[in-house]
Amino acid sequence: MSEREPAPVALVLVSHSRAIAEGAVDLAGQMAPGVLLLAAGGTDDGGLGTSYDAVEAAVTRAVADGRSAVVLADLGSAVLTAESVLDLADPDVAERVRIADAPFVEGAVAAAVTAHGGADLDRVLAAAEHAGTMFGGDQVRPAAVEAAADDGVVRGAVTLRNPLGLHARPAAIVARMLAAYDAKVRINGANAASVLELMKLGATQGDELTIEVEGPQATEARDALVAAVQEGFGEV
Amino acid sequence: MTLDVAWAVDWVRRSADAVAEHREELIELDRQIGDGDHGENLNRGFTAVVAKLDALEEPPGEIGDVLKLVATTLMSTVGGAAGPLYGTAFLRAAKATAVPELDTKGVVALLEAALEGIVVRGKARTGEKTMVDAWTPASEAAAAASDAGASAAEALEAAAQAAADGAQATIPLVATKGRASYLGERSAGHLDPGARSTELILQAAAQAAA
Repeated sequence: MSEREPAPVALVLVSHSRAIAEGAVDLAGQMAPGVLLLAAGGTDDGGLGTSYDAVEAAVTRAVADGRSAVVLADLGSAVLTAESVLDLADPDVAERVRIADAPFVEGAVAAAVTAHGGADLDRVLAAAEHAGTMFGGDQVRPAAVEAAADDGVVRGAVTLRNPLGLHARPAAIVARMLAAYDAKVRINGANAASVLELMKLGATQGDELTIEVEGPQATEARDALVAAVQEGFGEV
Repeated sequence: MTLDVAWAVDWVRRSADAVAEHREELIELDRQIGDGDHGENLNRGFTAVVAKLDALEEPPGEIGDVLKLVATTLMSTVGGAAGPLYGTAFLRAAKATAVPELDTKGVVALLEAALEGIVVRGKARTGEKTMVDAWTPASEAAAAASDAGASAAEALEAAAQAAADGAQATIPLVATKGRASYLGERSAGHLDPGARSTELILQAAAQAAA
């Protein structure tokens, strides 16, 4: 996708604190520069609380040019304010906006990376809402290694070279890069389309990554992934 | 005797006065079990409402017009959960009162719509130590008074009294909704600030009708 044209799904981050909303926009934006991210934090005079007008303005901007939007909100009144805005919005706007039941920061990052890949509203919403379980426990388990050779799975193995391993930035690069291929990729059993699953692997320098790919462009996807890892994501 | 637009305007002004007068008390109640901003937020909201009323060139034609002005202003200016909660309450009440005058049944409809708005927005039920615990008995008391043949003013008086009783009854409750729920058992023993502000606002409605 063009980096100049924002992704079809934008995010609105509603917090009680302007600093939290803007910080979350910075964090998610670093990993998903092609997504329109809008902060609506604090009251109109800069205090703690949520502003109906600020949320309404952010939602209006988010859905301009035919985009849809996912709203993430932190504590109670941020959610209530977002709901009130959608209640009073034109039905044409409200039907293109979803409020995610998701942890604020993790949900914003997961949703932004998914939106960056050009995903539709439901998929961006799901990415946000699954972010909670990603960080909540040990839900991500490596899948059993499939031994059969003629199962249509393209395999590869590559050693991580960059010092910090699969931290946030490389994980986002991988997820974004693979979104361009018609292929399902698993790295050490984790879904490589999910930046959170990748980060949860905790893979560091020197770790070997086992790659399994299925789909029409499996070979191309694997080769691109291997090349990116060998290049150390530009960090070596 | 029916209630007219002048009553609605008087209700709103009296509410603003009551909130200003009890600002410190509401702050203190909220500081005990919440984030301490209820009095400040509500006072800011009602001050803005009165400023908008003062700026009107001529009085609105319907009671609902007054309540809608309250709703949109509170939503925009309160900042805390009370903004969308009272905002939605007044908005629903406005839709139920698109008339120049209210009889007793109209008062009941207003209160039921407001309660419905709060429940829809806050998803709280009675017994969870929220403003629902004041609005629910208020709405029921007005309906009972209406069935017994009370006037509109008498129905509001019954509602205000029931809201006061309902607010007091929140003291032993353990909060399971809202910011106070983070305190769990420690929220017991405190009057819920939202129930207290509901009592003040409904008292203002009754006084304006008296």
